Amino acid sequence: MEHTYYNPEDLKKFGNIGEWEKNLADKFFTWYGDVFKEGDLTAREKSLIALAVAHTIQCPYCIDAYTQDSLEKGATEKAMMEAIHVAAAIRGGASLVHGVMMMNKAKKLSM
Amino acid sequence: MIKSLHARHHQLAQQERQVEFLSNGIFKSGKLQSFERKIGPIGFFPLKPSKIEIFQVNVGYMCNQVCKHCHVDAGPDRKEIMTRETMEQCLDVLERTKIKTLDITGGAPEMNPDFRYFVSEAHKRGAQEIIVRSNLTIIRANPKYYDLPEFFKENNVRVCSSLPFYSADKTDRQRGEGVFKDSIEALQQLNKVGYAKEGSGLILDLVYNPTGAFLPGDQKGLERDFKKELKDHFGVEFNSLFTITNIPISRFLDFLIESGNYEEYMEKLVNAFNPAAVAGVMCRNTVSIDWQGNLYDCDFNQMLGLKTEQKSGQHISTFDVAKLEDREIVINNHCFACTAGAGSSCQGATL
Repeated sequence: MEHTYYNPEDLKKFGNIGEWEKNLADKFFTWYGDVFKEGDLTAREKSLIALAVAHTIQCPYCIDAYTQDSLEKGATEKAMMEAIHVAAAIRGGASLVHGVMMMNKAKKLSM
Repeated sequence: MIKSLHARHHQLAQQERQVEFLSNGIFKSGKLQSFERKIGPIGFFPLKPSKIEIFQVNVGYMCNQVCKHCHVDAGPDRKEIMTRETMEQCLDVLERTKIKTLDITGGAPEMNPDFRYFVSEAHKRGAQEIIVRSNLTIIRANPKYYDLPEFFKENNVRVCSSLPFYSADKTDRQRGEGVFKDSIEALQQLNKVGYAKEGSGLILDLVYNPTGAFLPGDQKGLERDFKKELKDHFGVEFNSLFTITNIPISRFLDFLIESGNYEEYMEKLVNAFNPAAVAGVMCRNTVSIDWQGNLYDCDFNQMLGLKTEQKSGQHISTFDVAKLEDREIVINNHCFACTAGAGSSCQGATL
């Protein structure tokens, strides 16, 4: 485990970032806590968004945390997979929509 | 259907083996602080009762289901059944002490041949509140149980039923194939006789417990989801949803060990320890009685064979409220499940 960049144990140490910059860390964690509170979006919906984003940014810590959190919030496995498809669709779509740019350029350059 | 740990002669079927497991390993090595060391500094050790308000009687370990997480290790092969004689002793104590709530559990308590006698006698003798913890499917298991909803109604029983999720997939994975469908039919039957209907006075509560090695989410939020989903899809209504944290004993402990989740789950419980939840733990207002009349601080301690402190009396025949209210509650590291997050009890979250 010591020869990999990611260690699951490090997730539990997230709070330690405050050791070297307490003021900013405190602000971040307070804001973070508020973000996930029930609002117009339910806590479960927020958890599913977080899960989808986690897959977009491919953060193992976030995938670990929000898989668990989504289950705790009562999300079905199907809903969790649907959320990831949304992320994947936007990701894939974002590449493809740039195809128009490519087409514009190609058409301009071509006779 | 899976078999009980007892039927498999599994090492965890032995109570001492479970206690040993919970006391050693990560707790003995010091990786995690023990429950005793956790509640000591906040002034709760030794843990003492408040006032006994719940008289929880386990009338036997026989059950028509074999749920993967069952803390009782119940199943069709379990033959431990409370006799009418022991029930009489319980009824006498209830009448004498005026303890508010009689909470009947099992196994499937309805499978005890004297179950109906016990409930109707308690009702006749003026029990203020009678709770029956029904697994629901028993109501659909055999024609002789079909009239249970009417029987519950006649005796003003508060029905408390397990339903780990509002979909078949998750429910059946934990409780067995077809359980969700039968549970929904049973709930519809209960609604039909008036349970959970406004003005009926008949209460039907559901119990949610996580379908795996994770903690329950917010009780209010889950209740809202359950109410909407069950009403929209099945026309089912209920009063309250109680979230219960899975206790790391018996079959759930076996699952944790087998799936490689034990250490992480215990760590999760310890990290989620909420000092504010200690005052509300159910063992402080409950006494649990087993099929032979032995006394315990809760149903979980019963399954671990941890009887009430000796000097407070350990059997229904010597039931003494004053002594029991002065006892020291027996604790071990499974108790972390009741103090995690918003707290957990047979009545759901405690905070």
